[in-house]
Amino acid sequence: MREITLSQAVNEAIAEEMRRDPTVFLMGEDVAEAGTPFKVLSGLVEEFGTERVIDTPISEPGFVGLAVGAAMTGARPVVDLMFGDFLYLVMDQLCNQAAKQHYMSGGKLTVPMVLRTNLGATRRSAAQHSQSLQALVAHIPGLKIAMPSSAYEAKGLMKTAIRDNNPVVIFEDKLMYQDKAPVPEEEYLIPFGEAHIKREGSDITLIATSSMVQVAGKAAEMLAAEGIEAEVIDPRTIVPLDEKTLLDSVRKTSRAIVIDEGHQSYGVTAEIASRLNEKAFYHLDAPVLRMGAMDVPVPFSPALEDLTVPTPESVVENARRLCAGELIHAA
Amino acid sequence: MYRQMVRIRTFEDNANQLYLSAKMPGLTHMYSGEEAVAVGICEALTDDDRITSTHRGHGHCVAKGAEFKAMFCELLGKAEGYCRGKGGSMHIADQSHGNLGANAIVGGSMGIATGSALRAKLLGHDDVTVCFFGDGATAQGLWYEVMNMAALWKLPVIYACENNGYSEYTKTEEIAAGSITARAEAFGIEAHKVDGQDVLAVNELTQKLVARARKGEGPFFIELETYRYHGHHVGDINRAYYRSKDEEKDWKDNRDPIVRFRGWLVSEGIASEEEIEAMNAEIETDASEAVAYAEKAAYPPAHEVDMHVYAD
Repeated sequence: MREITLSQAVNEAIAEEMRRDPTVFLMGEDVAEAGTPFKVLSGLVEEFGTERVIDTPISEPGFVGLAVGAAMTGARPVVDLMFGDFLYLVMDQLCNQAAKQHYMSGGKLTVPMVLRTNLGATRRSAAQHSQSLQALVAHIPGLKIAMPSSAYEAKGLMKTAIRDNNPVVIFEDKLMYQDKAPVPEEEYLIPFGEAHIKREGSDITLIATSSMVQVAGKAAEMLAAEGIEAEVIDPRTIVPLDEKTLLDSVRKTSRAIVIDEGHQSYGVTAEIASRLNEKAFYHLDAPVLRMGAMDVPVPFSPALEDLTVPTPESVVENARRLCAGELIHAA
Repeated sequence: MYRQMVRIRTFEDNANQLYLSAKMPGLTHMYSGEEAVAVGICEALTDDDRITSTHRGHGHCVAKGAEFKAMFCELLGKAEGYCRGKGGSMHIADQSHGNLGANAIVGGSMGIATGSALRAKLLGHDDVTVCFFGDGATAQGLWYEVMNMAALWKLPVIYACENNGYSEYTKTEEIAAGSITARAEAFGIEAHKVDGQDVLAVNELTQKLVARARKGEGPFFIELETYRYHGHHVGDINRAYYRSKDEEKDWKDNRDPIVRFRGWLVSEGIASEEEIEAMNAEIETDASEAVAYAEKAAYPPAHEVDMHVYAD
């Protein structure tokens, strides 16, 4: 199968959906000729024109608000939020307006929009361009949250998101844009709420999202060399969450570590770990461990920044100790 | 237009009574006194044209064509309400008539209205969107962001600022520097100021602007000078600390939009006093029946509490 980058996968997904459905359009800062600073959208304006690939002013609440209104009245906007950190700027439009319209109107209004943004530290971009804020929006009923872990997921989840009748936030790992993965030429969609078992194993379950799936995969290889077989599961969407696949795995392995790049406290890892504890308690041989980013603003200095996120080595260390029967807990 | 203004006033009088008699859950914000704004504007629109409304939104909802029964049901949290009781007074939406909904965040719908206009332009539709908001909302940054985009892209949206002189419990002159119309003009948006108590003037201006917006000459801005007879909400009764009774009396006695238009209809020979009284009585009966219906109507069943979080 051919291999393409995550960036190309996103580009293809959007282009295919724009060809299929004339109500789909793109808007955001520097999305047209510039194709975004990450060059993810390059070439789209040449095919679809500035009518459907719209460069906006630097007004995040404003253009997200426009997307909500356009979605409520029959269009399907794909909004580009250049950095996940800018979510704080658009919280009212996303969480008070987009997320609640369907419910507040008793099911009459729908908001079929996609907000694509990113996450991920270790790009030396410091505290306001490095955050992983998926927990912030996953907390809000009415939003769906997709977290692709490779080019394959990025394409299939994006196409599903554009066809979904709800507001969907997609977090792409900005360090993964140039990573290649096998992606079929023919069309495919990845349904929301279906986790993917990346690697089967019997000793411990590593549940990892987005950027952390690669980390978990590397950790699993290292553990295998020590005779510990880790099962790696990528939930792919955290809302909706495929609880069944996670629970089935944990009931089999009896141990689990949940890894996500958001801050550890009150985060995605806490939510998933809590559900496993509640629903698989008697199958567990150890408390489910959370591994998130440290609870500090992301520092600039590489010497400090690299300490803040889970690494394959730190996952291996924790997995080894859990499997040895040590009672350990998150920092 | 007279009928619609009286329907709004009558709706609000009944809603106020429901609050005072403790039959209505929560609070509500009365539109009484501002009827000529909603009616003058909405009578210039078709069902395909959209509006976005505010926390003080009953007037817009009635003026855009909503029925009393479903509105009172919504105010009382009943299943037959426009939003199945999930929205309430501050979130009434009536999509069948193009009302995209009231919004409980001040200025919160400015993006939605402008986005609706963007959709019209992108998909080649000829509808116009009117964004209602109060003078208080002119302090929200969102307005300046969306006006900028509306002007850049010549979107068919009309920003209608209902300036009732008060931003909640504070005089507008204490929160708004300079001129409000000049703010729109700074973006190259044609701005108008009109007497919001004169339904004919409001309607005449809006008709012209809607026709021009349909041709791609938008956006436009209108500041409508008006007055709210009640407090910020129905519970804001002792309000002499920010607004005098004399001032309220002056607006009611001398600038009431309904009294004014009624006088004009009679003096022009368009309607007789008897016809008007009969119409008023008919509306009064409609409202009483709708209230009685809503009081007896069923609440939504418990299983609906987690319905409509996500669309299929």
